[in-house]
Amino acid sequence: MYGFEALTFNIHGGYLEAIVRGYRSGLLTAADYNNLCQCETLDDIKMHLSATEYGSYLQNEPSPLHTTTIVEKCTLKLVDEYKHMLAQATEPLSTFLEYITYGHMIDNVVLIVTGTLHERDVQELLEKCHPLGMFDSIATLAVAQNMRELYRLVLVDTPLAPYFSECITSEDLDDMNIEIMRNTLYKAYLEDFYRFCKTLGGATAEIMSDLLAFEADRRAVNITINSIGTELTRDDRRKLYSNFGLLYPYGHEELAVCEDIDQVRAAMEKYPPYQSIFSKLSYGESQMLDKAFYEEEVKRLCLAFEQQFHYGVFFAYMRLREQEIRNLMWISECVAQNQKSRVHDSVVFIF
Amino acid sequence: MEYIDRLPAMDLMRSEKMMLVQLIIPVESAHRAVSYLGELGLLQFRDLNDDKSPFQRTFVNQVKRCAEMSRKLRFIKEQIHKAGLTPSPSPAPQPDIDLEELEIQLEEHEHGLIEMNANSEKLQQTYNELLEFKMVLQKAGDFLLSTGSHVATQETELAENIHVNDDYAETSSLLEQVGSNFQEMLPGPSNQTGVRFISGIICKSKVLRFERMLFRTTRGNMLFNQAPTDDQILDPATNELVEKIVFVVFFSGEQARVKILKICEAFGANCYPVAEDTIRRRQITREVLSHLSDLETTLEAGLRHRDKALISIGFHLAKWMNMVRREKAVYDTLNMLNFDVTKKCLVGEGWCPIFAKTKIQEALQRATTDSNSQVGVIFHVMHSVESPPTYFKTNHLTNAYQEIVDAYGVAKYQEANPAVYTIITFPFLFAVMFGDWGHGICLLLGALFLIAREKKLGSQKLGSFMEMLFGGRYVLLLMSLFSIYCGLIYNEFFSVPFHIFGNSAYRCRDTTCSDSRSVGLVKYQDTYPFGVDPSWRGSRSELPFLNSLKMKMSILFGIAQMNLGIILSYFNARYFGNSLDIKYQFVPQMIFLNSLFGYLSLLIIIKWCSGSQADLYHVMIYMFLSPFEDLGENKLFWGQNVLQVILLLLAVIAVPWMLFPKPFILKRLHTE
Repeated sequence: MYGFEALTFNIHGGYLEAIVRGYRSGLLTAADYNNLCQCETLDDIKMHLSATEYGSYLQNEPSPLHTTTIVEKCTLKLVDEYKHMLAQATEPLSTFLEYITYGHMIDNVVLIVTGTLHERDVQELLEKCHPLGMFDSIATLAVAQNMRELYRLVLVDTPLAPYFSECITSEDLDDMNIEIMRNTLYKAYLEDFYRFCKTLGGATAEIMSDLLAFEADRRAVNITINSIGTELTRDDRRKLYSNFGLLYPYGHEELAVCEDIDQVRAAMEKYPPYQSIFSKLSYGESQMLDKAFYEEEVKRLCLAFEQQFHYGVFFAYMRLREQEIRNLMWISECVAQNQKSRVHDSVVFIF
Repeated sequence: MEYIDRLPAMDLMRSEKMMLVQLIIPVESAHRAVSYLGELGLLQFRDLNDDKSPFQRTFVNQVKRCAEMSRKLRFIKEQIHKAGLTPSPSPAPQPDIDLEELEIQLEEHEHGLIEMNANSEKLQQTYNELLEFKMVLQKAGDFLLSTGSHVATQETELAENIHVNDDYAETSSLLEQVGSNFQEMLPGPSNQTGVRFISGIICKSKVLRFERMLFRTTRGNMLFNQAPTDDQILDPATNELVEKIVFVVFFSGEQARVKILKICEAFGANCYPVAEDTIRRRQITREVLSHLSDLETTLEAGLRHRDKALISIGFHLAKWMNMVRREKAVYDTLNMLNFDVTKKCLVGEGWCPIFAKTKIQEALQRATTDSNSQVGVIFHVMHSVESPPTYFKTNHLTNAYQEIVDAYGVAKYQEANPAVYTIITFPFLFAVMFGDWGHGICLLLGALFLIAREKKLGSQKLGSFMEMLFGGRYVLLLMSLFSIYCGLIYNEFFSVPFHIFGNSAYRCRDTTCSDSRSVGLVKYQDTYPFGVDPSWRGSRSELPFLNSLKMKMSILFGIAQMNLGIILSYFNARYFGNSLDIKYQFVPQMIFLNSLFGYLSLLIIIKWCSGSQADLYHVMIYMFLSPFEDLGENKLFWGQNVLQVILLLLAVIAVPWMLFPKPFILKRLHTE
């Protein structure tokens, strides 16, 4: 029954909800970001971060720092927290937590396949993979020649196996196909996640449906904008849209026939939540669209914490942490390249 | 009442009087001054640069240097630990070293260590490769030998050596196929066409997945032989011994070879070519063995060199770490001071106890002379409106009790300190619960041991549990002494009663003692002088008697302690001149507590002294339920009825007296 989760949630999920809320209170605030934006060198950033929760991860790094080191250590902290939570979780929370990482797995698979296509070394590619999306036989992706082999050799053992039913073709892998494969996989993953959350019911279903619907809509817009001017047909484009979300099905019809940004804007402005995003951009501009979407996402994720006794807080926390790491990466890059005027272009404050 | 005011002040009872001081320190003596003040430990600096971020402060570079140095020291410590050595301070006295020199030295040491580590890692890598090659030669040789023997026995031997994959049942035809291939192959070893093989070595944990992947890639057209190695190999990255498995893969075709090589690379399996000819193999094995022994000696020499370097650094390590920590603390404190550029001095504010004034001035004087500064440090008292911090001067005996009390809440400035009484009441109440003089003696021995080894145990690092025990050693001592006392009262030595104070006062009526379980024993002597009579143990009414005794005793102690607490609040109110508290808090609280529970304590004492059989539960409950009813057989003294009614009325009046006047009066005072 929705509304009575307070009676039973704490039996299995109470400890981990407390843990994740504790982690959330360690996220960097606007004051921290302001201080970080005023740093002159990467050493200043390190010193400032050592006063936050990242301190123990950064304190043993030798002095000439690189931006990749900072990002790596911060990601390591996220992975440690995730593993701690996963180790303590019981069903169905453990399945929920694993679902959160499938997105990263898809990204890693695509990274390795693309890299192999461009003749890069496997070990080098493995180092660039996101640690949350690693699985055992990931290195053997380098051997596959086409998608069928990819599935048969490696992916059949992974949790991504059921998502492949729509995209097994015998064509050889090339850049276009890989992107289509990525989007098809992601679509199947989102729909599967959505269905899983619905089976969980209660507050989790409601909050997660909202967050996943936003994700699906955002991806639809991004696919549309990225495929304008490419050889992707309208039918193919429509096949890549998920079958849930605010834009389904009428928005998808409109988006499928869009040929430039203004048509996209016209299609999106019919939906009130997205109208506010698109109204911030002036005509013809699409660079700020990413940041606008991130801001809207962060707002919704923070709202997820307002309610108790549901699993959405775990998903929201992981996403907020990733956003924070993106912020840190942007700030470090700007500082390292001496372009501090552009810092505020892409930093999304969480609090 | 003025008598109380004229009593001399007890040190621990109220916190020390503090004063707010301002220091104006010239820049050249700043570092030394803060360092000496730090050693003194009697001044708490206020952070005047609160609004600045960490890297906007004045001494941020020095703090960064200290952080960098402590990182290098941590790295060196970790290296020493990994090498399995224990750093010990060198016996010879070390010359004092300056911070800049230390920085340079640490840089050199770190570089040297990193270089040595890189070299030994490279050597270890080469050594591992040769070792793996040797193992592959040995084990793969066995496989190839078995395949090169008679045709007739070949298939059966192959069948024994082959590791069959259970999921796929079509291996029999495959075996025959490969067997026939081998039959053809017998005269000549590896041809360009036909079956070839790749030999190599892989971690044991990955071998299952590796085999499965090979099977899938070649669609089953391969033979996989494996054998575990005899020794384990040291993995240089994790410094652990890993088990490895030697494998040989038989396959046919060039494409399969490419794929298999890629898979080997992906799984981190190292491939080594093995000659099929036995003689050639033996030659290669001999070469490899001689290489291995060379490398071994080189490796050992390298390790010895590194260990020597680490030991020599390890002598100074503890001292250096202390020094760097102190310097960092000094710079952190200096960052709290305000830097006045025009007058070239630092201004700081802090709290210090009044008794420490001369010591602080002395330390500042010393700093001025030591740094050869022309201007002395200006030290003057400031007036402040905010409440000073609470500081209790404790020694190592009272420190443990003060910490226990502080855990419940730190007293406000100059409030009465419960720790004074806790020194006795806390161990005593523990002993009331513990109550066994045999266990008490064990506890006493433990506490004495900890106190005797105070110096030794205090300097070394203990685990978290031992640290707690060691910190509370004086608490344990008092607990044990009181436990022995209470144990004698309860007459329990590991739960066995003893006749220490003479014979029991009770005996059986006749020699058969048949009444010990029915009517009970008779009393024939005077009461047992100290403690519970030993005859109680094992009797039928032991539990009702002992429980009643302990419960009544606990009520008496509890109410006495509660009264003590309320009286302390009276002393506080008197000290701060708060007559409102006295009139509207202390008085009604005393009345309420004593009219109900003080009366109960009185009843307990009277019942004990008079030996009455009145039921006190009944008395107390019916005091509330039907106060005007006659007590009957529960009457303990004359006039009890009237007294009960009066006490009940007083309690009822005391409650609104306690709760209502004070908030309204405070509100009125506030609005004025």
